Amino acid sequence: MAIEVDAFKRVPVREQDAQVRAKNFDEVCLGYNEEEAMAEASRCLECKNPRCRMGCPVSIDIPKFIHEVKVGNFAAAYEVLNTYTALPAVCGRVCPQETQCEQKCVRGVKGEAVSIGKLERFVADWAREHGLKPQVRVKKNGKKVAVIGAGPAGLTCAGDLAKAGYDVTIYEALHKAGGVLVYGIPEFRLPKSTVVAHEVENVKALGVDIETDVVIGKTVSIDELLENYDAVFVGSGAGLPKFMGIPGENSNGVFSANEYLTRNNLMKAYRDDYDTPIYVPKKAVIVGGGNVAMDAARTALRLGAETHIVYRRSEAELPARAEEVHHAKEEGIIFDVLCNPTEILADENGWVKGCKCVRMELGEPDESGRRRPQVVKDSEFVIDCDCVIMSLGTAANPMLANSTTGLNTTKYKTIEADEATGATSKARVFAGGDVVSGAATVILAMGAGKAAAKGIQDMLGTTPEPIEE
Amino acid sequence: MFKILRKKMLNNNIVLMDIDAPRVAKSALPGQFVIVKTDERAERIALTICDYDAEKGTVTIVFQPIGASTKLMMQYEEGDAFEDFVGPLGNASDLCFEPIEEVKKKHILFVCGGVGTAPVYPQVKWLKEHGVGADVIISARTKDILILEDKMAEVADNVYVSTDDGTKGIHGNSCDAIKYLINEEHKTYDHVVAIGPAIMMKFVCLLTKELGIHTIVSMNMIMVDGTGMCGACRLTVGGEVKFACVDGPEFDGHLVDFDGAMMRQRQYKTEEGRAMLREKEGATHSGGCGLCNHDN
Ligand SMILES: Cc1cc2nc3c(=O)[nH]c(=O)nc-3n(C[C@H](O)[C@H](O)[C@H](O)COP(=O)(O)OP(=O)(O)OC[C@H]3O[C@@H](n4cnc5c(N)ncnc54)[C@H](O)[C@@H]3O)c2cc1C
Ligand SMILES: Cc1cc2nc3c(=O)[nH]c(=O)nc-3n(C[C@H](O)[C@H](O)[C@H](O)COP(=O)(O)OP(=O)(O)OC[C@H]3O[C@@H](n4cnc5c(N)ncnc54)[C@H](O)[C@@H]3O)c2cc1C
Ligand code: SF4
Ligand code: SF4
Ligand code: FES
Repeated sequence: MAIEVDAFKRVPVREQDAQVRAKNFDEVCLGYNEEEAMAEASRCLECKNPRCRMGCPVSIDIPKFIHEVKVGNFAAAYEVLNTYTALPAVCGRVCPQETQCEQKCVRGVKGEAVSIGKLERFVADWAREHGLKPQVRVKKNGKKVAVIGAGPAGLTCAGDLAKAGYDVTIYEALHKAGGVLVYGIPEFRLPKSTVVAHEVENVKALGVDIETDVVIGKTVSIDELLENYDAVFVGSGAGLPKFMGIPGENSNGVFSANEYLTRNNLMKAYRDDYDTPIYVPKKAVIVGGGNVAMDAARTALRLGAETHIVYRRSEAELPARAEEVHHAKEEGIIFDVLCNPTEILADENGWVKGCKCVRMELGEPDESGRRRPQVVKDSEFVIDCDCVIMSLGTAANPMLANSTTGLNTTKYKTIEADEATGATSKARVFAGGDVVSGAATVILAMGAGKAAAKGIQDMLGTTPEPIEE
Repeated sequence: MFKILRKKMLNNNIVLMDIDAPRVAKSALPGQFVIVKTDERAERIALTICDYDAEKGTVTIVFQPIGASTKLMMQYEEGDAFEDFVGPLGNASDLCFEPIEEVKKKHILFVCGGVGTAPVYPQVKWLKEHGVGADVIISARTKDILILEDKMAEVADNVYVSTDDGTKGIHGNSCDAIKYLINEEHKTYDHVVAIGPAIMMKFVCLLTKELGIHTIVSMNMIMVDGTGMCGACRLTVGGEVKFACVDGPEFDGHLVDFDGAMMRQRQYKTEEGRAMLREKEGATHSGGCGLCNHDN
């Protein structure tokens, strides 16, 4: 049965019912099938001057891949995506499309923008299900590059270099590759064993070696790497959690979102067949309003807690993606906005029993253009709870820079690197992703990994030589 | 995979293993730790490095089965392999970085409680290799659970033993032993390193503070990644929040908030782990790793 397409409206995407998914860790969004994807693709005007491309940090040729979907040539659509992104199944799921490609789409002027992300995801999933793999089509050039960190930046840089003929080894501190994709973003938004593992396998299929359990700066230093490699790329992310510095924050039951999410995602605490313990609260307060806060809240909810988001500005300022906020609300998460914790109260055994807060109101705009939250006088109150998850964002981990001489950092502890080439202050060392920009997005980290791969090739003066077929 | 090259029981409850991990062995220094994960479904378990041999490429760990994960590790035999073994993590002991001539001027005393004896060994050995002598007190509840006495004797100037029940050496706990050395043997010390259960380190610090002796302790906080990414290992030192895995694990013992740290250590303490210690060592066991806070 053909799907009727309304030019002004998206083809709806199937999702797990909110009541059901609030109790499981399966993916929320089920994605398009072939028919739905072709119907949605038909809404694209294939603009001569595609504005959507300007919104995409890696300038994917969006009309071109959508055209192939429209005509049902999914393998060709995958080829198009592959020239621009190493992680299409990931970006299609977690990119903040509504502020990037889709925000710029001309369809959005009068109606709803084309569902670019969902189409990208469809193509990548289709390619996985049909066993398509990216390929190396150039000769090995005998040069070696070491990549630090197996997050989006490192995987992309490694993939691009392998495609250009380099021998690449990725060193990853954790026991699994993927960075935030495996330890931070939850299963219900980004399935690990299918999507993430497959994208990592694709990078390996290009000939990249991934060595887990190696902490650069501890197990091996950057200087030691430089003895054996022609260049080093640092993509170590921004994993250092922030706390508020309020009394009671060391109480039992107070976690960083990183700890709570790592236990649950990387260590699979939600599954009975894994050993990692996780604390399942009755009522959890999640402090913060970004994507990380939504992920922590929706995780605690799925483990069985009544879950509140406490955010100091108003709902309009929530930095999380609109889709995540919408999903969180559907699932029953309660938003306590204009409210800020001042102290965490603990019982005699040191366990959280409440979160003391003050009410806030919005004053004049600050440097970020957002209205500055101010404390309402005498507005103190207590939220009874047995768990507080601090989701205040993360900063670059200073460990690597501290252990390396000649690698300059900024006052935010991020590594100084040239935006166009990824070059740092240290010869033959490049960097990109969250460790340079501070916590940002998957696609920006990928873009930085790509830029550095190009920078490394320019420095080493290599040109890819095609393999004769 | 990281192969177990040797497995040896040090007493009926504490095991030693040499692990094939050349890169870790090459970079290791005394005071640092590793994280071990037996298989895909297991937890990440922090263990102090108890010895290392860069030439052979081995790292030695000594541990005590406490709960599910350490019990599982215990079942691994020579020839088996752990899936993950990452390190060396944390900072090496400060003594490794001070000018050696300065270190030589110090009168150093190590105080070990239970499994804590194992992480002390590489420090004393390192000092000996650098021409620095040190005294060591090894304390345990009873003589049958003392470990590493002979090995320690090879590297220390003097090894003193104390047992809570008086079955060997000085009759009493670690603090009684320190008092004995100072009051009866007329020893003087200006640097103490205490490693053992948190409660033992707490009381040693109370004593050494009174005596005015600078004291270093090693804090076994609950850890996940061991690289500063999760904050599970946080504790308060001198009024500031520190992450034990990257700021420690060794700290100035007179600044550590032990009560807060012990509270945090109890967070995931399983009923299973408690029951097992009760059964093995009785109510007053003092073997430990920071886990055993004498409240079982
Ligand atoms: C909970 C959460 C949700 C998010 N949701 C979204 C979203 O919906 N959409 C979006 O676009 N972005 C999202 N982000 C942000 C996004 O995930 C990051 O911007 C992106 O992952 C950064 O990529 P990266 O490669 O720079 O670093 P990371 O993904 O952090 O990877 C860095 C890797 O380096 C490793 N490493 C660190 N130090 C060392 C060392 N010394 N030696 C060896 N390895 C090391 C780390 O273990 C890690 O695996 C989210 C982030 C979090 C935490
Ligand atoms: C830096 C450091 C060095 C250590 N060195 C040694 C050593 O050399 N020998 C040794 O026997 N033990 C050592 N420990 C303690 C060891 O990590 C714990 O005994 C072990 O984690 C218990 O795990 P379990 O699952 O068997 O026990 P359970 O009681 O079931 O543990 C449940 C949870 O609590 C955590 N946990 C429990 N107790 C501790 C603790 N004391 N420290 C950290 N996490 C804990 C576990 O990781 C686990 O997540 C060290 C800990 C740290 C942090
Ligand atoms: S990578 Fe992200 S921004 Fe670019 S087209 Fe895909 S979804 Fe849009
Ligand atoms: S702007 Fe919209 S309609 Fe135009 S090419 Fe891009 S996706 Fe298609
Ligand atoms: S163990 Fe995660 S920050 Fe220390």
